[in-house]
Amino acid sequence: MRRIRRTHVLIAAAAAALCVPASSVGSASDDSPITKVGKTEGSLNLIAWEGYTYKQWVNPFTKKTGCRVHPKYGGSSDEMVTLMRTGQYDAVSASGDASLRLILGKDVRPIDPKLIPGYRNFIPALKSPPHNTVRGVHYGISLQWGPNTLLYNTKKVKPAPKSWSVLYSSKYKGKITVPDNPIQIADAALYLSKAKPSLGIKDPYELTQSQFTASVDLLKKQHPLVKKYWATAGDEIDLFKNGSATIGASWPYQTNTLQAAKAPVKDLIPKEGATGWADTWMISTKAKHPNCAVKWIQWVSTPKVQAQQAIYFGETPANTKACVVMNKLSKGSCAQYHANAPVAYFKSIKFWKTPTKDCGNGQSNCVDYSKWQQAWTDIKS
Amino acid sequence: MAVQAHEAGRPHWTARRRLSAALWRRPWLRATSLLVPPLGWMVVFYLAALAVLFVSAFWSLDSFTGKITHTWTWANFDTIFSDPTYRQIALRTIWMAAAVTATDAVIAFPFAYFMARLANPRLRTVLFVLVLLPLWSSYLARIYAWRLILNHDGALNWTLGKLGLPTQGWAFTNTAMWIVFSYIWLPFMILPIYAALERIPDSYLEASRDLGAHGWTTFRRVILPLALPGIVAGSIFTFSLTLGDYITPSLVGNVDFIGNVIYRNVLGLSNNLPFAAAYAMVPLVVMALYLAAAKRLGAFEAL
Repeated sequence: MRRIRRTHVLIAAAAAALCVPASSVGSASDDSPITKVGKTEGSLNLIAWEGYTYKQWVNPFTKKTGCRVHPKYGGSSDEMVTLMRTGQYDAVSASGDASLRLILGKDVRPIDPKLIPGYRNFIPALKSPPHNTVRGVHYGISLQWGPNTLLYNTKKVKPAPKSWSVLYSSKYKGKITVPDNPIQIADAALYLSKAKPSLGIKDPYELTQSQFTASVDLLKKQHPLVKKYWATAGDEIDLFKNGSATIGASWPYQTNTLQAAKAPVKDLIPKEGATGWADTWMISTKAKHPNCAVKWIQWVSTPKVQAQQAIYFGETPANTKACVVMNKLSKGSCAQYHANAPVAYFKSIKFWKTPTKDCGNGQSNCVDYSKWQQAWTDIKS
Repeated sequence: MAVQAHEAGRPHWTARRRLSAALWRRPWLRATSLLVPPLGWMVVFYLAALAVLFVSAFWSLDSFTGKITHTWTWANFDTIFSDPTYRQIALRTIWMAAAVTATDAVIAFPFAYFMARLANPRLRTVLFVLVLLPLWSSYLARIYAWRLILNHDGALNWTLGKLGLPTQGWAFTNTAMWIVFSYIWLPFMILPIYAALERIPDSYLEASRDLGAHGWTTFRRVILPLALPGIVAGSIFTFSLTLGDYITPSLVGNVDFIGNVIYRNVLGLSNNLPFAAAYAMVPLVVMALYLAAAKRLGAFEAL
């Protein structure tokens, strides 16, 4: 046999290479608004935060509608956007830092809120919030919301912290844990908006270059103090359980889980306020099971499921009628998760949104999210 | 009768025997039919994948729409070389791979020497099983086990505390990564060194002694040069496996490796596949240089 010449191999490889990109095109997409529900398709593929598709409310849903739920947990908003763009999923529980990206990328379909009975009783601020409603068009239905809290070990951290400053001071060096997430830059900006008013930070997601640099510098100084940038809620729970971390930025879910395991922890919203998330169920333009997806949103908006999820995850329901059910399920939980809190509480939380060049005041000199992501890699290195 | 028997055997003749006869007559046909399936596999699933990777490294991502732009640009490589962050991550990964390789070589050599030249056959079997046993359990399970050992309240600190020694804070540091990597890849260093040492004929060592060399001189001038291809072969494994790993850094460390940056660009960081492809070229080039050097040292004869 003649030796296969190197050029032959290269030509074959190049030919194969040219074939590949062509095959990724396809898959029909439909971006018309959803205004009615048809016959259910028997199946539903969801991208959800861990804890959002618990069997307690998924099983009755399948029994009622015949839609079998196949959840895929997203580890971060970035991951959820990427997964959603594959077109293999019907709906996503997008947080505010993902939802606008999905809307601008034409990845999600508008939906008529009249299809969702629970919507009528939503708190007014979550009926048409800017993170899922653009120019009056609803691209999804709000679900739950909550703050990013400061979690600490009550035995090791004394006195009890009142400010986010503890995460930036060397007092707890090597015992601090913060999320491995570019949106963490907003937490630094929120702290600086109070600690250094001269920077003039109004909105932690709309940062000019100098405000952005100041926030990134603060996080770079924080880097040597951090024991571990946590990737999943379970990671942080482990860190607190085995004593590797004693203070950190967290979600109420970790506090609930740790307290249930009798760990000496508490959480709080420090005096500077907090960032937070407000999640939205959104339906893909490429959804193969859109009717099941609408049925799912109807189901999770009912007071009972809203209450179950709020207590299980430790967040606040969008549906005001959930409060009564919450107290029935677990006494005092409505107040514990602020489901009956006044509007001022809601306003004190700076909800995640995707940073764009648009500063919200007509100016477009703000730092966009791709820069946030680059800076985050830089901070961690 | 004879004709009938001949007729009955005939279909057999036509199908299989004729084919084998044809193959026997034409050696090139035989070779081609044997080589096409594996070569086809190599070309389509391996070389083509590499080619796509290489080509897409020169594309870019539109940050607004998130779609890939198919125009040729050096921008990705420009970022990698000019941005100190990416340089630092690459150097850190390479440095760790080198440290792990050196550590494994130092630990593996005496162990392999004992296995190959001192242990009796039964003990050798036992040692073989001990070396290979960890490979039967999941890589993830072993990493999580190390997390439990190195944690603040973990097994190691507990033991140190009982012994009255100061506790360590290695959890989620580069030290932890170095320990875990060295542990995980150790079998891949022991086995090639063992193979190389076992091949040294006893007569060489006797000749060395007859010529008046001391034990140390024999080791330095006979054993080590003959074992070197084995060490280099093992180092290919430890070096490349460390270079490409991203799970250990994310589970026991607190800093990024090359693999973590690629991972976050593929799934997470704005789906920037072109940049991930460009950054993936870094370990590829490093490995190509490493393999070229290893070939010169005769490592491929020791595999």
